[in-house]
Amino acid sequence: MNPNRRIGDVVLEASHISLRFGGVKALTDISLDVREHEVLAIIGPNGAGKSSMLNVINGVYHPQEGEVRYRGQVRQRMSAHLAARQGIARTFQNIALFKGMSVLDNIMTGRQHKLHASLLERALWWGRAEREELRERCRVEEIIDFLEIQHIRKTPVGRLPYGLQKRVELGRALAMEPTLLLLDEPMAGMNVEEKQDMCRFILDVNDEFGTTIVLIEHDMGVVMDISDRVVVLDYGKKIGDGAPDEVKHNPDVIAAYLGTAH
Amino acid sequence: MFYRESGQFKTSYRADSVIFPILQDRLFVGALLLAALVVVPALASDYLLSGILIPFLVLSLAALGLNILTGYAGQLSLGSAAFMAVGAFATYNFMLRIPGLPLIAAMLLGGLVAAVVGVAFGLPSLRIKGFYLAVATLAAQFFIEWALTKFGWFTNYSSSGVISVSELQVFGIALDTPASKYVFTLLVVAVLALAAKNLVRSGLGRAWMAVRDMDVAAEVIGIPMLKTKLTAFAVSSFYCGVAGSLWAFVLLGTVDPQAFDLHRSFQILFMIIIGGVGSILGSFLGAAFIVLLPIVLNQAGQLLHGAVSTSFLSNLEMMIFGGLIIFFLIVEPLGLARLWQIAKEKLRLWPFPH
Repeated sequence: MNPNRRIGDVVLEASHISLRFGGVKALTDISLDVREHEVLAIIGPNGAGKSSMLNVINGVYHPQEGEVRYRGQVRQRMSAHLAARQGIARTFQNIALFKGMSVLDNIMTGRQHKLHASLLERALWWGRAEREELRERCRVEEIIDFLEIQHIRKTPVGRLPYGLQKRVELGRALAMEPTLLLLDEPMAGMNVEEKQDMCRFILDVNDEFGTTIVLIEHDMGVVMDISDRVVVLDYGKKIGDGAPDEVKHNPDVIAAYLGTAH
Repeated sequence: MFYRESGQFKTSYRADSVIFPILQDRLFVGALLLAALVVVPALASDYLLSGILIPFLVLSLAALGLNILTGYAGQLSLGSAAFMAVGAFATYNFMLRIPGLPLIAAMLLGGLVAAVVGVAFGLPSLRIKGFYLAVATLAAQFFIEWALTKFGWFTNYSSSGVISVSELQVFGIALDTPASKYVFTLLVVAVLALAAKNLVRSGLGRAWMAVRDMDVAAEVIGIPMLKTKLTAFAVSSFYCGVAGSLWAFVLLGTVDPQAFDLHRSFQILFMIIIGGVGSILGSFLGAAFIVLLPIVLNQAGQLLHGAVSTSFLSNLEMMIFGGLIIFFLIVEPLGLARLWQIAKEKLRLWPFPH
């Protein structure tokens, strides 16, 4: 663990969140907090409500009860794009890249909030329009370098293998310069080397940019290695919260998820 | 063998983001434009100009408009002809009611009116998608056609519903010959095509494509859905509106709601499907296919004249036309523009594929 990494105050606080879809209770009375600069893992069996929790945090779902407080601001109903403006970025479990666009264009969409040129300037490719495009291109190229995907920058993402698509999706989220990064199973379906690369990128992002990271992951080895804290969900309820070692020995968690040694 | 980019190195992001990054493409497009602007008006017959080339250019512009909406922003529309009608009638009314208004200004205003109407009919797109949205835009088609026929004010109470256009001039140059009309149309279309290319390679174009490819993800990365979709409707309708006023003023010389019926909307939709959805070039290729192919078939049919009856001949033309459309869609569902792109990729390696 990097000794320089300073875990700060609570930045995001979700209190008593309950989310229902008709009769299905996706989340029941969940409270969790995320501290600045930490890597928080959310684990749990399938259907435990992990992805729903991320969707609540970045405003895609609106919980029936409870509130989310981000950097001191309470919000109950908020659209996803406003959450994005507040600095919350995410990747999806099933890759949600823009298939028809190149890697470069996909990552450029993450810089959308930095572009302010008017329609006319854009139509003429003149003044602010061109300046902004070139300025953001430089920034995006830094991300491309960071993720080591220079060779595919002009390739349509639909043609890329799965592991690289995941990496591009991380790049698109990073382009938003998020303060809070939500990663939904960033390593699902990857081989060992790809997982190692992805872990390295996640830890680098956390170290170099100080980005707070919340991630959902099923690979226990990865979770225990890279996270500062682990929250365990089961059937929409929180059954564990603490440092990886603590959680590993929590009897509820073992019963629900990790399984007992026979 | 000559189509190579070897030796052409980009040393700045500016050089890397130009529209035609390969030198040969730039030369080709430049030569094509020059030929279209200088050689064609000097050599072409009046029939070729006003019977083929002007309709081709105007419909390309309308297809370009629809391509922005459907191809780039992913919003299916069957109302393009209605927005053309709005553009045509608005331009006519501006010319009529503001004496001395230059043609170009009236056309731009007409396009803007079409944009506003387009935004109004684009509002349902925030709730409905795909085929359902297409049906909602069909409402625009029927409503606008009805309104333009029903209310005499739009046609200046001309009894037939047909209005004639007097004086056409641009910067003091009268558009009275097919050649001058052709050059004017070509310039308008070229400028607007360039603007469209600039828009789709800008952040706005990326926002459109993001909404098209995956709208949830687009929203999560901070693209406002409302604004992006409505801008697409506005820009698309502006293009259709300008195309409509060109159709009425430059091509027909009259304005008539019947010229912008549902059939026209379908025609424009077929153009982008055949030409290439989500491609500027595709709009032109598709328009060329739809406008030129029936004429070519007709000419070819003339060769058989006498051998078979005329009605059989015209039916045969339709059958071949339909057959070719199906053939192209099976061979390349992404349209002629994609075929062109594949050909270019092959050409870069030919004749040494290793």
